[in-house]
Amino acid sequence: MLPLPNIISKGQFPNPETPGYVGFANLPNQVHRKSVKKGFEFTLMVVGESGLGKSTLINSLFLTDLYPERVIPGAAEKIERTVQIEASTVEIEERGVKLRLTVVDTPGYGDAINSQDCFSTIISYIDDQFERYLHDESGLNRRHIVDNRVHCCFYFISPLGHGLKPLDVQFMKAIHNKVNVVPVIAKADTLTLRESERLKRRILDEIDEHGIKIYHLPDAESDEDEDFKEQTRILKASIPFAVVGSNQQIEAKGKKVRGRLYPWGVVEVENLEHNDFLKLRIMLITHMQDLQEVTQDLHYENFRSDRLKRGGRLSSHGYILPLSPAYVLVCQLSSLHLPPPQRTNLCLDTHRVTKQHRNATVGHNGRHICYSSETEPKHPELRRWKLSY
Amino acid sequence: TATVGGPYGEKASGPGVDFSYVGIDAILEQMRRKAMKQGFELNIMVVGQSGLGKSTLMNTLFKSKVSRKSVQATAQEKIPKTIEIKSISHDIEEKGVRMKLTVIDTPGFGDQINNENCWRPIMKFINDQYEAYLQEEININRKKRIPDSRVHCCIYFIPPTGHCLRPLDVEFMRRLSKVVNIVPVIAKADTLTLEERDFFKKKIREELRANGIDVYPQKEFDEDAEDRMINEKIREMIPFAVVGSDQEYQVNGRRLLGRKTKWGTIEVENIAHCEFAYLRDLLIRTHMQNIKDITSSIHYEMYRVRRLNENNTVVAHANGMPEHHLAAHEM
Repeated sequence: MLPLPNIISKGQFPNPETPGYVGFANLPNQVHRKSVKKGFEFTLMVVGESGLGKSTLINSLFLTDLYPERVIPGAAEKIERTVQIEASTVEIEERGVKLRLTVVDTPGYGDAINSQDCFSTIISYIDDQFERYLHDESGLNRRHIVDNRVHCCFYFISPLGHGLKPLDVQFMKAIHNKVNVVPVIAKADTLTLRESERLKRRILDEIDEHGIKIYHLPDAESDEDEDFKEQTRILKASIPFAVVGSNQQIEAKGKKVRGRLYPWGVVEVENLEHNDFLKLRIMLITHMQDLQEVTQDLHYENFRSDRLKRGGRLSSHGYILPLSPAYVLVCQLSSLHLPPPQRTNLCLDTHRVTKQHRNATVGHNGRHICYSSETEPKHPELRRWKLSY
Repeated sequence: TATVGGPYGEKASGPGVDFSYVGIDAILEQMRRKAMKQGFELNIMVVGQSGLGKSTLMNTLFKSKVSRKSVQATAQEKIPKTIEIKSISHDIEEKGVRMKLTVIDTPGFGDQINNENCWRPIMKFINDQYEAYLQEEININRKKRIPDSRVHCCIYFIPPTGHCLRPLDVEFMRRLSKVVNIVPVIAKADTLTLEERDFFKKKIREELRANGIDVYPQKEFDEDAEDRMINEKIREMIPFAVVGSDQEYQVNGRRLLGRKTKWGTIEVENIAHCEFAYLRDLLIRTHMQNIKDITSSIHYEMYRVRRLNENNTVVAHANGMPEHHLAAHEM
């Protein structure tokens, strides 16, 4: 007998020779095997003012250290800076499943005295990823399309105010049609439980009032098990998540926990009673697929149809085929002023980066740097680029 | 007193918290859930002269009456004057996995006196499906899931002459292997003894090689060493010598699909008797997804590239844009 390759999981089906059994029930396993081989890609953007704990939270979420050589600029330097886009990519592997996670950080957001224009850079970045994907998708060689579109944006809200600030409202409204927005209350250990609940309610009211469209978790299907349904209910009821991040281990009550040590006690990051960190992580992981789907089916398709409407037209010969998008883009690209391909590739295309240790040269204004570095083998592989727009 | 450890510290001593586990393998579960919900589509074409058991084989593969004949009202089988392309779709379900199976039959193929160009309507049908998909794909407002009517697999029935391929077989497979996955089978293999069968298969493989015909699984599309190992074993066995049947008989206390003759009962699913089980495993249990992937990422892409280039060239000339601009952007 042909040795059956191990893509048929043993024990999952009764004796295959039961009469009437065809065998295509194995199809989901075949699809699944291919995805495991290929791995997954996910891009997460984090936006929020400096000092809200974004970096710490991201490190806590994925148990990595994305920013090993971080230097926090002083106030004088911050005055000069405009919003930058920093994309870091990490490959995480767990139980054979590979995830290539790209975190897009936006330092400088909200830092300037006048923050009037701080989100145009971010919006351009999101649009550029769509543009790039559209370009690749319409091209001739589609074998290795890299998906760098932003699948999810965590927007950090300061716990110190009484709700959303005008900047928060403006920003979310500017991007809610382009990316899935997940509002997060940062540094939630400054709030008591009651304050936290009040703030959440306030934020939700303001979101409604201003017509901001945040990402909605899909309801659990009727055929899911009760635990999953309950989990979904709890998650939905906790939005926006009030989180605390930490990568330090503290000994509390005889066991080691990740947390923050205060004279009055220890805030445990992974304790559901202390904050919503675990909920945020569970939400992100269990809905990663859905976030990608909504990005593809809604945000990207909207972008694409707008783009093509602006550029597409029937040829003068009246062919039945509309102008191929490839052709449309060629016309458009020559008139748009996009950054030259080399720079974007260095930033985002991991395939092209070679494992070289180049010396980092830092300019005075922090721009025009490109360097790569590798951490020691026992940590997840880390590749990192800086690009300023 | 509290002690603070490094960022990646050791695992917690007690049971419970695993510091190093994020949980991303849950993604697989989501994928499977989504795949199950969406269901699958499979489009199989059967090509061969009349009387080679195509319809019966389809029924045997899917253990249900999926073939054209089972659905058709007329009892008699008349050879049509020209080749017809007949598509029948069925929604079938097994263990919660739903599939829309479309069987595309091609009555009239190879049955005429003059069979020249009899592959043309079939080529046209296959290309028409690619065209339909492409049209949907380049639409400005596209559907969330583009319906997939592309032919994933074409089973070609070789009559069991025992000698070698006929010119018609070679011509057809040579042309069509360039646009679709071809799985050749030796039909009605119960007329061949085991030695005759082996000889015939070897001859066929030689002729396929000599004519540069790449049947599924194509060597050049093996993704990695693991795939290559599995596929080499398959390549050494094709074409599968099959016998089909939708009749059940009692053999040694079990009910089996077979053909009962005076000299014995041929058990269809017994690999000592014929290679139907291998064909079934290949097509359905192990390589179904791969067959679909090769159709969409290779055959369809080739069609698309051809189409886009045709379009660009014509329109470019019409609009006075130099061709090298277009070529430089693609790839």
